[in-house]
Amino acid sequence: MIGITDASLSFGTLQMFAGLSVDVPQGRTTAILGPNGRGKTTLLRSILGFQSLDRGRRHTPHIVGYVPQHSASQAKLAGLEVVTMGRAARLGLFGQPGPDDTEAARAALVQVGACHLADLRYDRMSGGQRQMILIARALATGSDALVLDEPTSALDLGNQARTLSLIAGLGRARERAILFTTHDPNHALAVADDVVLMMPGGAVVHGPVAQMVTPDLMAELYGVPMRWVRPDGPNGRIAMLPEFTGKDALCA
Amino acid sequence: MSMALNQTSRRAQLSLRLGVFPAMAAGLALAMLYAISAGRFDVPWIRVVEILWTRAWDLSGSPETMDERIVELVRLPRVLLAAVSGAALAVGGAALQGVFRNPLVSPQILGISQGGAFGGALAILLGYHGVVLLGMSFVFGMFALVLVGFLSRINGRTEMLTVILAGMIVGAFFAALVSVLQFIADPNTSLPAIVYWLMGSFSTATWARLGLAVPGMAFGLAIVWLLRYRLNLLALDEAEARSLGVNPDRERWFIFVAATLMTGTSVAVAGVIGWIGLVVPHAARLIVGEDHRRLIPASALLGATYLVLIDTFARNLTAAEIPLGVLTALIGAPVFAVLLRQHFKRTGAA
Repeated sequence: MIGITDASLSFGTLQMFAGLSVDVPQGRTTAILGPNGRGKTTLLRSILGFQSLDRGRRHTPHIVGYVPQHSASQAKLAGLEVVTMGRAARLGLFGQPGPDDTEAARAALVQVGACHLADLRYDRMSGGQRQMILIARALATGSDALVLDEPTSALDLGNQARTLSLIAGLGRARERAILFTTHDPNHALAVADDVVLMMPGGAVVHGPVAQMVTPDLMAELYGVPMRWVRPDGPNGRIAMLPEFTGKDALCA
Repeated sequence: MSMALNQTSRRAQLSLRLGVFPAMAAGLALAMLYAISAGRFDVPWIRVVEILWTRAWDLSGSPETMDERIVELVRLPRVLLAAVSGAALAVGGAALQGVFRNPLVSPQILGISQGGAFGGALAILLGYHGVVLLGMSFVFGMFALVLVGFLSRINGRTEMLTVILAGMIVGAFFAALVSVLQFIADPNTSLPAIVYWLMGSFSTATWARLGLAVPGMAFGLAIVWLLRYRLNLLALDEAEARSLGVNPDRERWFIFVAATLMTGTSVAVAGVIGWIGLVVPHAARLIVGEDHRRLIPASALLGATYLVLIDTFARNLTAAEIPLGVLTALIGAPVFAVLLRQHFKRTGAA
């Protein structure tokens, strides 16, 4: 549905990935996981076609519902107007959005539970509210592919939970191919079916989340010891935390 | 209670926005009527209406009395040329500001006006007028814009501060080239022609000149009008815009060509009239907001009104006509300073 095949990319002597094939089929959710600066966003941009590849090919639909890490839009436009922009690909060069497009935008706002933001100006919204609007805009495209670049990175804990719940809900519907980047293995555990790990040294590995998100692989990925946390009780959900030894903070 | 208030406020906003365009159009009509009426030979406004009304029903006739000749042959083409130039310069500025995502950008800040001025001055020096002068203004205006685009693109990104700096560099370069042309021009013939043309004036407006200017400006205005929703999308980040099915590289150039066509044509027929493309869209944004579907027509109406009034003051304030560029700069420069301060205060950086 969405991905790249046998793709390679390097910037000068820095190799981002080589011979990489990633495919996110319809109905699956994939997380790209890795620390800062490892090339998660570059891989995402390569899959979307915003970054040209040295070698390989991409198989991405013409229209993708894309949620950027930060929207450049500081426009004093109402939330509904921003969501309606998701219909642009259907309008043609000289087209203007009509009642059908406004209806589709309203439906997308209903889907993300953000009807109350329809008339609020985008530049006056909080980070969490803006994220809901951008996800609604991505859904309004009507694409079967949804791509989110670090959708939780600038959000507080409550908004992170709301955004992840929304992505999980969209994933459970099994209607779309969903791809997102994140720093946090717990986000992948909560939402994704598969993960792509941006390992040290330019290696990229991928597979089902249950096999890939393990303390050993995460320790190698982030360079710190990791352990499972298992809350008491039968309904306790497992999570992964780094070991806080305090040693790294001390000067030698 | 709060929902009811919210709905009331939305209705008030809607009625304000629906009513604002007829009000602007009425303002333009009144300004044009005043401009045709006012002057050294005063024609009462009721007489202006009578002359125009009679002519509208008998286009084949020719003016006979003095006031008919003044209204039909002198003031009407001048006022129409000022109106269409004002609309074109303001819409060009609003469109460029949308594409560059920066309310401080204007044809003058980007060096387009100075490039066009060089092209026009070169044409005068070489003894050309009319279509050749217009064509050379457009070509060199476009060349200036391409240079700014090239200079300001660093590592594939175009930062706003570098755009403004590149515009100033290119503008200064073409201003220097204009000085070189003035230096080598014949002081008895081409030099006065260049100097007077550069200061900006509609005093030589005729129906023929209006006919020369309208196609280019109307074409530019039509392109921007058709792309008015696209401008909302071009104001987004490049990756965002691409994901929504926009081709920013291609569509930006439509806007650049349209803006340069409008600016180049305006420079060709009336010289360099700066600051309209900066001041007017800012005022329009305060009234109708940032949605280009409203901002473009509002800029056109306000730009036309503004330049018609400025031109009327320029020819009536003193015994000798004041160059338009002087008046627009006296208003525009302080407004630009205020805008610049607000921009840096808001963003904290460039």
